[in-house]
Amino acid sequence: MFDEQIRQLLLTGVWETLKMTVISTLLAYIFGLPIGILLNLTDKNGIKPCLVVNKILGFIVNLLRSVPFLILLVTILPFTRAIVGTTIGSTATIVPLVVAAAPFVGRMVESSLQEVDSGVIEAAQSMGTPVFKIIYKVLLPEAKPSLLVGSAITITTILGYSAMAGFVGGGGLGAIAINYGYYRYQTDIMLVTVILLVIIVQVFQETGMRIAKLSDKRQK
Amino acid sequence: MSITGKEIIRVEGLNKTFKTSQGKIVALDDINLSINEGEIFGIIGLSGAGKSTLVRCINLLEKPTEGKVIFDGQNLTDLKSKELLKARQSIGMIFQNFNLLEQRTAIKNICYPMEIAGFSKKDTLKRAEELLELVGLSDRAKSYPSQLSGGQKQRVAIARALATNPKVLLCDEATSALDPNTTQSILSLLKEINRTLKVTVIIITHEMSVIEKVCNRVAVIDNSKIVEIGDVKKIFTNPESEIAKQLILPKWESRVKLVSDRSLRLIFDGNSSFEPIISNMALKFGVSVNILFADTRNIDGKAFGQMLIQLPEDENAVSRIKAYLDSRNIAYKEESLDV
Ligand SMILES: Nc1ncnc2c1ncn2[C@@H]1O[C@H](COP(=O)(O)OP(=O)(O)OP(=O)(O)O)[C@@H](O)[C@H]1O
Ligand SMILES: [Mg+2]
Repeated sequence: MFDEQIRQLLLTGVWETLKMTVISTLLAYIFGLPIGILLNLTDKNGIKPCLVVNKILGFIVNLLRSVPFLILLVTILPFTRAIVGTTIGSTATIVPLVVAAAPFVGRMVESSLQEVDSGVIEAAQSMGTPVFKIIYKVLLPEAKPSLLVGSAITITTILGYSAMAGFVGGGGLGAIAINYGYYRYQTDIMLVTVILLVIIVQVFQETGMRIAKLSDKRQK
Repeated sequence: MSITGKEIIRVEGLNKTFKTSQGKIVALDDINLSINEGEIFGIIGLSGAGKSTLVRCINLLEKPTEGKVIFDGQNLTDLKSKELLKARQSIGMIFQNFNLLEQRTAIKNICYPMEIAGFSKKDTLKRAEELLELVGLSDRAKSYPSQLSGGQKQRVAIARALATNPKVLLCDEATSALDPNTTQSILSLLKEINRTLKVTVIIITHEMSVIEKVCNRVAVIDNSKIVEIGDVKKIFTNPESEIAKQLILPKWESRVKLVSDRSLRLIFDGNSSFEPIISNMALKFGVSVNILFADTRNIDGKAFGQMLIQLPEDENAVSRIKAYLDSRNIAYKEESLDV
């Protein structure tokens, strides 16, 4: 259907998109998971209530989440350059993706942890579990299925953002769709990139949900 | 049962006030309790009386506003948080909703407290298997809580609570979510644990039948206060507080209000044998008495419980009845019942 050059281009696009999405998701969790845990712990019904921390952290999270992604991307360009040395290409896109996704992940994690039955936490406390062990032996394992669902949603959201970043010099399938489809009117290439994006989203979402379901011991 | 007389838990001047947006709620008001090693101690009261708050104060899941909780000689309210965590390993707790870790198998649930307490992997697994055996669930080791019945879940919870060899087992409405047969089997298990492992058991409930089946002593709690405390037998035969009467004799009030005559309350406290005294009275004195209320049972051939009978008009008949009761060793109390 396309010549070798275009095929190579699309292949590179898929690879870059996957790379950006997966790396950004991992980094977003590295920052977002502690944020979510902290939000959950310091909540007034959490195991270490602390209103000040909770409110300040919540405010920052809300602030970052309310800035539209493209504006955030442009705003933090100096920050991006400082970290990766460039502002274009797929590696540069990872920085704003992580900044945008980490607070989102924080909220996702917070709400997953909130689903853990307070009675179970109380039982753990009654057995003398210190806070740190409640987190990794009770909260995280008990919330695992919900956390996995959250990560499937996160990864597809990040994928969507990464495509958007194509508009302003990001790499991957999004950039191809913009450059060939939008600027050069090569509708067929745009269509194929969109189809590829749809397929990737479906695969991520489906696999994530399936793993979440399999890992859940509550129904069987 | 081996009640040593040594005190294991003492609660002194315990107060707990919750601050809410609607103002202060006094959940516990000057609670004083002393629980002996090896006994099965009941705490009964209606919903909202403060029972859960009281047990949660005993292991300091809830911090008392005022007062002391002394467990095995140490004042828990004085402990640093690390020491408190350690002390909690000697106080097991089970709950109405079992509160098992849903993502862990039965055996892994039992392993949990030992992981926290730092047992070696090998000891943990071995002990978990023994405990499963003790609660009769060896064949369900690999089952997840969602695959177990309520009674089985509570057995796993009991095994889990016993894992770190606690001296005390706190049970907050542990049988309230179970049917009568399962309740019976869980109560028997608790009794057995108390007998064989010498664990002091504290049972919170709103059901008198639970207290009656397993407890040695009971505290009746009403409206944040302890209104009565003592031997189960004594409180059953002679409840002093309104609330205890209500819990023991649920329909007492309504029945009594139907009559206005003099009546006699007979108290069977195990000193008389179980025999048909009412028909004997009728046969001996030709008086027929009207039974207003009866709740008696035969324990080892001895009679326990209460009976309220309406007295005949005839004074002579009344004194003969009293003499007869005296001869049968049955305590009684005359009551005038206002409508
Ligand atoms: N965390 C809390 N915040 C505010 N009020 C509370 C809290 N926990 C308990 N209370 C109040 O304290 C009182 C005693 O509650 P508690 O749960 O101890 O009762 P209970 O005897 O266990 O009742 P039930 O049989 O329904 O379990 C109630 O009025 C309740 O509303
Ligand atoms: Mg309660």
